[in-house]
Amino acid sequence: MVYRESGQFKTTYANDMAMFPITQDRWGLTVIIVIAVVVVPVVASNYWITSLLIPFLIFALAALGLNVLTGYAGQLSLGHAGFMGVGAYAAYNLATRIPDMPLLLSFLGAGLITTVVGMLFGLPSLRIKGFYLAVATLAAQFIIEWAFSSIGWFSGGTATMTLDTPPMIIFGYRIHTPRQRYYLTLGIVMLLTLLAKNLVRSQVGRAWMAMRDMDVAAEAMGIRPLTTKLLAFAISSFYAGVAGALYGFVFLTSVDITAFELERSFRLLFMVIIGGLGSILGSFLGAAFIVLLPILINNAATLFVGTVPTNLIANIELMVFGGLIIFFLIVEPYGLARLWHTTKEKLRLWPFPH
Amino acid sequence: MHRGKGVAIWCGMAMLTVLMAGVALAQQPADPNKEQFVPILIYRTGPYAAGGSGIMGGFMDYMALLNERDGGINGIKLVWEECETAYNNDRGVECYERLKAKGVKGAPVVNPLSTGITYALIDRATNDKIPLVSLGYGRTDATDGRVFPYVFPLITNYWNQSSAKVRYIAQLSGGEDKLKGKKIVNLHLNVPYGKETIPIWDKLAEKFGFEVKHLAVPPPGLDQKSLWLQIREYNPDWVVNRNWGVSCTEPLREAARIGFPRDKMLGVWWCGSEEDVFPAGKSAKGYMTTNFHGVGRDFPVIEEIIDKVYTPGKGNLPVTRAGSVYYNRGVIHGIITAEAMRLAHQKFGVAPISGEQMQWALENLNITPERIKEIGAEGLMFPLKTSCKDHEGGGAVRIQQWDGEKWVSVSDWIKPYSDLVRAEVEKSAAQYAKEKGITPRACN
Repeated sequence: MVYRESGQFKTTYANDMAMFPITQDRWGLTVIIVIAVVVVPVVASNYWITSLLIPFLIFALAALGLNVLTGYAGQLSLGHAGFMGVGAYAAYNLATRIPDMPLLLSFLGAGLITTVVGMLFGLPSLRIKGFYLAVATLAAQFIIEWAFSSIGWFSGGTATMTLDTPPMIIFGYRIHTPRQRYYLTLGIVMLLTLLAKNLVRSQVGRAWMAMRDMDVAAEAMGIRPLTTKLLAFAISSFYAGVAGALYGFVFLTSVDITAFELERSFRLLFMVIIGGLGSILGSFLGAAFIVLLPILINNAATLFVGTVPTNLIANIELMVFGGLIIFFLIVEPYGLARLWHTTKEKLRLWPFPH
Repeated sequence: MHRGKGVAIWCGMAMLTVLMAGVALAQQPADPNKEQFVPILIYRTGPYAAGGSGIMGGFMDYMALLNERDGGINGIKLVWEECETAYNNDRGVECYERLKAKGVKGAPVVNPLSTGITYALIDRATNDKIPLVSLGYGRTDATDGRVFPYVFPLITNYWNQSSAKVRYIAQLSGGEDKLKGKKIVNLHLNVPYGKETIPIWDKLAEKFGFEVKHLAVPPPGLDQKSLWLQIREYNPDWVVNRNWGVSCTEPLREAARIGFPRDKMLGVWWCGSEEDVFPAGKSAKGYMTTNFHGVGRDFPVIEEIIDKVYTPGKGNLPVTRAGSVYYNRGVIHGIITAEAMRLAHQKFGVAPISGEQMQWALENLNITPERIKEIGAEGLMFPLKTSCKDHEGGGAVRIQQWDGEKWVSVSDWIKPYSDLVRAEVEKSAAQYAKEKGITPRACN
C-alpha cells in the first residue's frame, strides 16, 4: 500500500535510468529536502542547529568520502581525520595568506590540496591491500598530525597553534548566525552528495566496485588499477578536505590539530561500517548514529535520572552507545542502510508477503 | 529466524524513538525568578579528571555553602547543572550551547576549565554576550580587555607566571645576570594550553641570555621516556613542568629514574596539587610549583564548607579532597563568581543576572583585603582588582614545595616582569583584533 507502483511505467531511457525510479521515493526525498531547507531553520532551536545538525552534516560529508574509498573502492583507510585536518589547515592558510580570497574558493582550494595529499598517501595502495593498506594510511594520520603540530609555518607562526578562523564572507554577505552557517553547510553537503551519487552510478563507480570485489579480474577486464585506485583516493580526500575546512570554519571557528586525531579516524570508519559500506544513504545514517546518538543519550539520561553525577552519565552513555553498536551489527551486519533497504523492499510488497 | 529479526528491528527502533522523545522533552527549562543558574563545564572522566573534578567540585561546594548558610546570594538561590566535556573541544562547545540559555536570563558566566575550549568559545560567547572566566589559564592575551571584552583570565595569566618563574630562578641563582648561559627545558603538553607559553619563554630567553628548549609531550602524556632521555642528554639547569592531569605525575617518576634533582623542577600551577604528587610517591619530594592562592584547610571558609556542606552529606567529592590545591582553586572560582554577582545585584537590582550585567561586574571587581577577611578567605585568596583594560586583576605568584606530605610555601610573593608581559599581551591582542576585524574598545 505504501509503495503503490502500479501505473508507473518508464517510457524513456532517461526515466528508466533515473536515480530514484519509484515515484514514492522521489516524493520522500522531496519531503526530506523541504524539511531540511525550509522547516528545520524555522523550527529548530540554535542548540539543535549548531551542536547537532551542523556537525552531523559535516561528518556525513567526511563519511561519504570515506565510504567512496572503503565502501565502493574497497581501500581501507584509517587516515581520514588527518585528511580533514589537511583541509582545515589548507583552508585557513588560503583564507589568511591570500588577501581577499573568497571563502568558497578557499574551501575548493582546501579540497584540491587535500586531494594531492591523499593521492600521495594512496600510492601504496597500488602495491599493498587490505589491512596492510590500513597501516599505510595510519602512517598518513600520524605524519599529518606531527606535521601540523611541529611545523610552525602551517599555523602562520601563531603562538599557541590554535588558529582562529577569519570571519566568513560570501559575496559581501557575512555568515555568522547559526542559520546562515547551517545553510552554507547544507548547500555544500547537498551539492557534494549529488556529485557522489552520480559518480558511484557511473563508469567510474562501477570500476571502483569491480576493484573492490575482485581486483585481479577487474584488471584482466581492462580496468586500470593505477587510475582507478588513485581516483578513489583523490575523490575521497577531496570530500574529507572540504569536510575538514567546514569543521574548522563553520563549526568550531578555530583550527586545531587535536580535533583531527586518530580517534576521529576510527569514528569515521565506524560511521561508514555501521551506516553501511558502499551506500550513500549509509554515510548519513552512520554519521547520525555516531554523532547524534551519544548526545541524545546524554540528554535523555539527564532527563530521566535527574541529579545523577555527570561521570556516571558519561559512562552510561558509553555503555549504551557500545551496546547499540553491537545490537545493530548483530541485527544487520551490513549496516543501517541495508536495514532501510530491507524495510523498503518489504514495504514495496506490503501487504503481500511476496 | 526471520520473524525474530523483525521483532529485534522493531525493538531497536522503539528504543531509538524513546530516546528521541527524551531529547525533545529535555530541551524545556522551567525556572522561577528566584534562581540563578550557573553552568558547570566539568570533566570527571578522562586523563585530566582529577583536576576537573577537584576544581569544579570546590566551586559547587562553595555555591552549596552559600545556599545552605545564607539562602543564596541576597536571597537568590544558586542552581547549577553539570555537563561533562572530557577536556574535549567539541563536547565543550556542545555543553556551552546546551546550557547557555538555561535560567531566566540565560547563563551569566561560563568557566570552560580548558584553554582549548576557551579558544573555541571566544567567538560564540562574545556574540552571545556571555563572559568566559578562564581563571589562571588561557587565553593569555585576553588580559587586554579592550580587544576581548568577554574573556577574563582572572588573577594571573600564563605569561606573567612564566616571567615570575624566571625571576625566581634568577633569585635562586644570585641575580639576573647569572641567568646567562643557563639551560631551561620547557616540557609542555602538546595541546593549546601547553603551547601558549612558547613565545614568552623565547622572549625571556632573548632578554636574559639563557637557552630554552621546548619539548612537547603527546597527550595524554603517560609515556615520556623518550623525552626524558633527551633531557638527560641536554642536561639542563631547570625543567619547567607544564603538563596537566596524568602527564604531571610522570615527569616526577622519570626525573627520579634519570636522577634529575626534583628541586630543579618548577611546575605550573596546574601541576601543583596533591592529586598530582601523591601517585608519584617518594619521587615527588622536593618538587616545586607555582601557585596563586593558599593551600590546606586552615581557612575559615574551607572549614565552614566541611562543616555545613559535607557533614549533612551534601558535598560532591570525597571529603578528604577538601583542602587540596585544586579544591581551593575551585572555592576561589566560587568566591569570585559570588562577589561579581553581589556587585551586579548592587548595580542592577536583586534578580537573576544576565551575561551583560555579569560582564560589567567582572570588569569592575574590587575584592579588598577587608572583604576577603569577611568571607573567611584570608590567606586563601588575594586582593583582586579588574578594569576594562586589565582583565587579569592580580599577577603575583608564589612558589610552593612538596615536602613529602604537604605543600610548603618557600617564597614570598614574586612579581612578574609586568612591563615585558603587558607589551607582549597588547601586541598579541592587537594582532587578533586585526585578523578578526575587531575595533578595540576605548577604555577610560
